[in-house]
Amino acid sequence: MAGRGRTRNDASMIPDEKAIETIRKRKGTILRLGRYLLGYWPLLTLALVMNLAGNALALVGPLLSGYAIDAIEPGMGRVNFSLMFRYAALMALFYVISAAFSYGLTALMITVSRKVVYQMRREVFDRMLSLPVGYFDTHQTGDIISRIFYDIDTVNESLSNDLIQILGTVITVAGSLYMMVVISPRLVLIFLFTVPLSGFITRFITSRTRPLFRKRSAGLGRLNGFAEEMVTGQKTIKAYCQEEDTISEFRQKNREAVESYYQAEYYGSMVGPMVNFVNNLSLSLVSVFGAVLFMMGKMSIGQISSFVLYSRRFSGPINEAANIVSDLQSAVAAAERVFALMDQAPEEADRPGALAPSHIRGQVEISHVDFGYVPEKPILSDLSLTAAPGSLTAIVGPTGAGKTTVINLLMRFYDAQSGEIRVDGREIHNFTRKGLRQSYAMVLQDTWLFYGTVFENLAYGRENISREQVIQAAKAARIHNFIMALPQGYDTVLLEDGANISKGQKQLLTIARAMLSEARMLILDEATSNVDTRTEIRIQEAMRGLMKDKTCFVIAHRLSTIRNADQIVVVDHGEVVEQGTHDELIEKQGFYYQMYQAQFQ
Amino acid sequence: MKNILGFYLKPYYGRMAWGIFIKFTGTIMDLLLPWTLAYMIDQVIPSGRREELFFWGGFMVLCSFLAVLFNIMANRMASRVASDAIYTVREDLFARVMYLSHEDGDRITRPSLISRLTGDTYYVHQMLTRVQRLGVRAPILLLGGVAMTMILDPVLACVLLATMPLLTMVVIVVSRKGIPLFAALQSSVDGFVRLVREDIAGIRVIKALSKEDYERERCDRLNLEVTAAGQKAAMTTAVSNPAMNIFLNLGLVGVIIVGAYRVNAGTCQVGKILAFMTYFTIILNAMMSISRMFVIISQAAASAERIDQVLSSNDERQSRAGGNSDENHIPKQHSGSADLVPHIEFDHVSFSYNKNQPDLSDISFCLNRGETLGIIGSTGSGKTTVINLLMGFYRPDRGRIRIDGQDTAGMDLKSLRSRFGAVFQNDVIFENSIFKNIVMGRQLTPDQAQKALEHARAAEFVKEKGGLDQQLDIRGANLSGGQKQRLLIARALADNPEILVLDDSSSALDYKTDAALRQELNDHFRRTTCVIIAQRVSSVMSADHILVLEDGKAVGYGTHEHLMETCAIYREIGSSQMGA
Repeated sequence: MAGRGRTRNDASMIPDEKAIETIRKRKGTILRLGRYLLGYWPLLTLALVMNLAGNALALVGPLLSGYAIDAIEPGMGRVNFSLMFRYAALMALFYVISAAFSYGLTALMITVSRKVVYQMRREVFDRMLSLPVGYFDTHQTGDIISRIFYDIDTVNESLSNDLIQILGTVITVAGSLYMMVVISPRLVLIFLFTVPLSGFITRFITSRTRPLFRKRSAGLGRLNGFAEEMVTGQKTIKAYCQEEDTISEFRQKNREAVESYYQAEYYGSMVGPMVNFVNNLSLSLVSVFGAVLFMMGKMSIGQISSFVLYSRRFSGPINEAANIVSDLQSAVAAAERVFALMDQAPEEADRPGALAPSHIRGQVEISHVDFGYVPEKPILSDLSLTAAPGSLTAIVGPTGAGKTTVINLLMRFYDAQSGEIRVDGREIHNFTRKGLRQSYAMVLQDTWLFYGTVFENLAYGRENISREQVIQAAKAARIHNFIMALPQGYDTVLLEDGANISKGQKQLLTIARAMLSEARMLILDEATSNVDTRTEIRIQEAMRGLMKDKTCFVIAHRLSTIRNADQIVVVDHGEVVEQGTHDELIEKQGFYYQMYQAQFQ
Repeated sequence: MKNILGFYLKPYYGRMAWGIFIKFTGTIMDLLLPWTLAYMIDQVIPSGRREELFFWGGFMVLCSFLAVLFNIMANRMASRVASDAIYTVREDLFARVMYLSHEDGDRITRPSLISRLTGDTYYVHQMLTRVQRLGVRAPILLLGGVAMTMILDPVLACVLLATMPLLTMVVIVVSRKGIPLFAALQSSVDGFVRLVREDIAGIRVIKALSKEDYERERCDRLNLEVTAAGQKAAMTTAVSNPAMNIFLNLGLVGVIIVGAYRVNAGTCQVGKILAFMTYFTIILNAMMSISRMFVIISQAAASAERIDQVLSSNDERQSRAGGNSDENHIPKQHSGSADLVPHIEFDHVSFSYNKNQPDLSDISFCLNRGETLGIIGSTGSGKTTVINLLMGFYRPDRGRIRIDGQDTAGMDLKSLRSRFGAVFQNDVIFENSIFKNIVMGRQLTPDQAQKALEHARAAEFVKEKGGLDQQLDIRGANLSGGQKQRLLIARALADNPEILVLDDSSSALDYKTDAALRQELNDHFRRTTCVIIAQRVSSVMSADHILVLEDGKAVGYGTHEHLMETCAIYREIGSSQMGA
């Protein structure tokens, strides 16, 4: 959705074009949902057969009851018991079999819809993981979650319930119609009037409700996004006593969400009674004209009975169909949001012939790179630097100078607008993205741990890793003792977002994680910024071990930690302003010298 | 559940009753139709009077018309009530979450709070709407249908009633099995949501380690789990419809058989059996609706429970009333000589998060107005805890914290916190304009905001970004780490705070900016008392007092020079950083 919106200015579209666009989109969404189902055609065929059989059997019921009533009809003392019993027994039998079919059908449809939902969630999640990191910087987590869960749930609900009913509708309607025609073609004429009437009403109402359902999904998504952001920032909100303002902003979003829910619900819930009205109308007409026909001797009471029962069966599904249509509408609106996420452009595919690097030596060359997150606002311009295998390159500069951006480019989280980056002499676009990233180990300022045991969190970098190795890395990162003090040691489950440990401890865990990686290149972006200096001294040896023989890129503010770098690159306003060793730069008395002096002021 | 039904729906009882009445009337109209049909067949047809036939036909049309009118009115009222009720529930829930004590917040966890606010309220809303719509109509149709059959022919009605215990059993068995299955489903969905949230948060790490496939596998496992749990729950509840169908239809067969005998004996007419058939369909549909309602209610009950849990947890404002507040009523000991009273005083304060292992023990310090306290110490030594206690996020277990000689435990939270400007660890930038992010809802002019940006050394990059009205991305993603910190500092300084709290808020600043910032504080915020947590000695060395923490204990307190002489740990930190 977003992609289309961006390339094409919605506001400039003339209304007609926009309407056509929406219709086209809706058709596309329905077809796409259909495609998911198509994969299960054997199951669906079986379901169809069961449905046919079940409904056909159920249709025989009223016919049999009509016969039974005709057997009773002669009245006092003249009831034909043997005939009545025969039909009654048959009725019982048919009902039991038809119920069995109906359960089988429901079970099948539940299976199919669950499979579809499973597949959709899987695809959405797959796509989510392959989206460029920038996507998550501009979309609220709550809204993404809302799509993956509530929207897909809505689709599921509609597939498992409504689809059976739709299948049922077709057969029951056709069957009842046939039966009614057999009983009395004249009475069927009534439906020539009522069916189009209910069709017209349904169409009219649903054309109004469709946009309302879309609004409903969007409103809920916005509300969820807001709630997520505010609960995350709760401490700050409290510190500034902004609870009331936040609550009133929430109130407004809540009002919008509830109101759009109500609107959709209000119009949606009109459909049922309206169609029911049409059905009642046809029942009235059938009663009156049936009675007239009886008086004229053209119909028996049993026939009227069967006809009324069939007419109920005939209009019942049509009544349901109206509800189904409104359900389907909310499902289509939900599916649109899901597909919009699925249609986000993923990271560009690897070039054909891209290699998975095998023996990286670690020669990195950046030449004449220009980059800006938004092309109009360049962050880096004409950046060049070379790092020899096993060397330590420190990138320093004032905040916002573009240091982290260099890392983003090295890792290919973003691609440079011009210029080249080479690893071992090979332009990085000629490597597979996965291979390239795996040849780096990294520790970032923003630590990330997931819900799982300490061991799982540490071993995350590599498969087939022994407990010994993990413990060794933890010892090196000076976090072993802390881990052992946890209730279950290495098997302690870290809570969501590692809530039960401090920021510094989290960083030590991620350092231990990086130590387990065998990559030849290492990126440390403020890797020890949250570790206090004393601990940092204690892990220095381990850090040296981690950095040994690796091409390292280090971003650090504590200039003392980078004094022995092979080269220090000073970046300011996206350009390299100075480059050299610590001693050279100090001697130069330039930008670096000033920064270095500042820390002793 | 009780809370929601009892408390939140209470204001709507009147409207609900009115709605039920309207629905009732509408439903009666529906029920009158088959009765009229029976009457026509048994009474009007034998008489052969066509005009009467048309009269009753007209009556049926009228009933149909009233039925649609009333049903729509009632549905509309039901939706309104459900929407209004959930609006209040959600608002109260959010307000409670905003004022939730930190202890309760930690216990429930933030992600769970979010899912209660979003998913759970949604399910309850759905339930309220559906139950009101089906919940009124179905029992009325059921009872009305039964009553009608009783009037038509009590004996035949008994045959029908005989099936009722069986039907009730189906409903009970299915819902008893179904409810735990839905609870299980809910908890596996929670796990899945957590994974998605985690992966979004850690997307850079996942990509850096090329762990997309690993995450896909984790997702797949949970996806399968959710799918299986959902299928099991759905399969179980799906039994009820066919089962009820069988019982009711067998009852129908029974009615025909018994009816045959009664017609033969002359105690019943055929038309009645015919009407019975129609009522049967109505009753069957009503029973199915009722069983579906059980499913819906049981699904929502779990959600309502989770919402209740939050609503009944502690409001931090209330939890402050009582307890240590006695000092509040005692007149200030040093009243009149405000400058003689220390501005901030920690008096033998101890605290533990889990009330087991102490996180702070016996901390004391005194700050006069305009003085600066630097706090330094290892990771996990309790630095942030000092601030958490000072700002009233938690209450000390022992000891007193006083501001202007007044115990903070007795202070109203708003009057306590409005003294502060604070930047926390991992502080939040909201998806809003730069201006709004600085102002944070306070009464500040653009000039004040601009001034704050200048003090925080952020004016330059803000100008580059496009000024105060520039929109920021989620979590400030379009800013660098250092830019974020400077913006947060601007936020803290903007209202010229009485007390400034900076929790490790210069870690992403280079030394030059950091030094310039300290200079600004010195020049323009002389009357502001500062509490600064830092990793670097250089950030705190000029402070009037420095508190060195180790495992929650004060291992050093004094000036830089004093500590360099007396405190081994401080010396160790200092020498490592000064590169001496």
